[in-house]
Amino acid sequence: MDVLLSVLSISCYEGLIFGLLTIGVYLTFRVLSFPDLSVDATFPLGGAIAAVLIVRGVNPLVATIAAFFAGSCAGTVTGLLNTKLRITALLSGILMMVGVYSVNLRIMSGANVPLLREVNSFDLVGRLLGLKGMALSITFAAIVALVFFILLHRFLRTEIGLALRASGDNEQMIRGLGSDTDKNVLLGCAISNGLVALAGALVAQNQGFCDVGMGIGMIVMALAAVIIGEALFHPRRISSVLLACFAGTFAYRLFITIALRLGMPAGDLKMITSLLVIVALGVPYMKKRLRHEWVPPAARM
Amino acid sequence: MGTPGGKNVREGFLIMNATKKDAVLQLMDVKKIFAQGTVDEVTALNGVSLTVYDQDFISIIGSNGAGKSTLLNIVAGVFPPERGGRVIINGDDVTNLEEFKHATYAGRVWQQPGVGTAGNLTLEENLSLALLRGKRRGIRAAINKQRRQLFYEALTPLGLCLEDRLTALAGTLSGGQRQALSLVMATISKPAILLLDEHTATLDPKTGQTVLSLTEMIVERERMTTIMVTHNMEMALKYGNRLVMMHQGKIVVDMDEEEKRSLAVNDLVTAFEQASGEQFKDDSILLSHR
Repeated sequence: MDVLLSVLSISCYEGLIFGLLTIGVYLTFRVLSFPDLSVDATFPLGGAIAAVLIVRGVNPLVATIAAFFAGSCAGTVTGLLNTKLRITALLSGILMMVGVYSVNLRIMSGANVPLLREVNSFDLVGRLLGLKGMALSITFAAIVALVFFILLHRFLRTEIGLALRASGDNEQMIRGLGSDTDKNVLLGCAISNGLVALAGALVAQNQGFCDVGMGIGMIVMALAAVIIGEALFHPRRISSVLLACFAGTFAYRLFITIALRLGMPAGDLKMITSLLVIVALGVPYMKKRLRHEWVPPAARM
Repeated sequence: MGTPGGKNVREGFLIMNATKKDAVLQLMDVKKIFAQGTVDEVTALNGVSLTVYDQDFISIIGSNGAGKSTLLNIVAGVFPPERGGRVIINGDDVTNLEEFKHATYAGRVWQQPGVGTAGNLTLEENLSLALLRGKRRGIRAAINKQRRQLFYEALTPLGLCLEDRLTALAGTLSGGQRQALSLVMATISKPAILLLDEHTATLDPKTGQTVLSLTEMIVERERMTTIMVTHNMEMALKYGNRLVMMHQGKIVVDMDEEEKRSLAVNDLVTAFEQASGEQFKDDSILLSHR
C-alpha cells in the first residue's frame, strides 16, 4: 500500500512539473506546427540559470522567473532562425540545441551545479504553507501548473492567441487576414521554451542539482506524453488539450516509475521512451496497411 | 448615391462629372518576371495597366499562363511587381507593402476550399479571425456574445444552415460550404476589393452554381468592388459589369457592360483572336463552355 502511494505521489508531482514541459512542446509541435527540438537544451538552460542565480544569493523565486525568461529568449532565437533566415524549423531547433549546450556549460562554469545546501523555491513555499517533503512538492507543482493552465487557457482564446493557433493551421489564410505570422511564430516559440526552462528550473531545485545532461531525451519524453494524452482523451477544446498534456505526462511518468520499481535499470529509460513513441506513431500506419488503406508517403521536411 | 436631380443641362453636366465613380484600384505598368536571369525566366505580367472603379465587378478570363493569378497575387501583396510598376488602392500606394499589411485592402477567396479557412478551428473562430482583418489583435477574448450574434447573422442569409454549426470545426464542412464560409470571411470586414481566384473551379457544377449565386448576392448587398478570375467564358459573360481578357501577361480585351451584354462565347473567341493576333487554341476554355 505504501509503495503504491509513493509511486502515485511521485508520478503526480512529475506529471505536474513535466506537464509544463509537455505543454511547451505541444505549443510548438501541434499548435504552431513547428517541430522545435531546442527543448533538450532549453530545459537545462532553465536549470542552469536558476541554479547559478540561487548560488549567487538571488531569491529562488526570482531566479525561477529569470529561468522562464532565459528560455523565452532562447525560443525567440530559434524562431528568428526560422522566420528571418528561413532555416527550416527542424534545423533551427537542432542548431539551438547544439549551440545552447555550450552556453549552459559556460553559465554553470562546468557540467553541474549542486544546490543541496541552498534554500530553493520549494523551501520558501514550504515555510509559507507549513508543508514538507512530497506533500510540498506536489502542492507547489500544482500551484504553478494551475497558474499556467489558467493563463494559457485564457491566452489561447484571445485575439492574439487565436491568430497564433491559426498560424500553425493555415498560414496563408491568416497572413491574408492581416496577422504577421512571423511574429506569431516568435511569440509561440518564446512561450513554449519559457515553459520548458521553467520546468527545468523547478526540476533542478527539487532534485538538488543542475546537470548539463539533464535535458537529453526531454523532447522525446514530451512527445510521448503528448501522444498518450491525445490517445487517452481525444481533446478538442483548449481546456481539455491542456489537461490532456498533464494527464499524458502523468501516465507516462507512472509507467516509468513502475518500470523502475520493477527493477528496470535506469539507463534503459531513454530506450523505453523511444520505443514507446515509435510504437505510438508506427502502429496506426501498420493498422492502415493491414486494412489495405492508402497512406501518403512519409513527410521528410 | 444621393445625387440631386439636375435642373439644367449645365448643372447636369457637372453632376455627371461628380458622379463619375472613384478609382478603387489602379495598376500602372505592372510587370512580373519570375526566376529572372535564369534559363527558367518567365514573364508572367508584361506591363499591365488597369483601373478598377468603385463597385466594379470585373471578370478576368484567359488561358493558362496568361497572368491572371499573378495579377491577383500582386493586388493581394503576395509579392511586389518589378520596379517601375505601381499598385494603388483607395489612393494609397501599396506597391511594396508586405502581404499581411494588405489585409484591409484586399479580401480573397482561393481556388481550393482548404486555403481560405482554417480546418482545425471552429466556424466562429474562423469568422473572428476574419472580423479582425487588418486590425490590431489584442488580448480580449476572440469570441464573445456580441460577435457570435454577428456571425450568426452573417451566415444565415447563405441558406446553408451554417449558422447552427458555429462551434463545428471548419474542416468538417464540405467544399462548397467552406467556399461559402470563405466568401463571408473575405467580405465580413469590408476590404476595399474582393478577389475571387477561380473560386468555383474545384466544385461540382451544381455546388459551383450555388456558390456563384451567393457570391452575386454578397457582392451586391455589400457593394463590393470585385475581381473574379475564371476559366469559364460563360461565367465571365454572365457575371460582372466588365470583362477583361488576358493573354501572355497582357490585357488584350477590356469590355464594359454594354459591350459584353450582346456577346456570346463565340464572339469572345473572335475578340480574343483579333486582339492577340493569334488563333485561339486553348481547348480547356472552349470545352468548359457548356
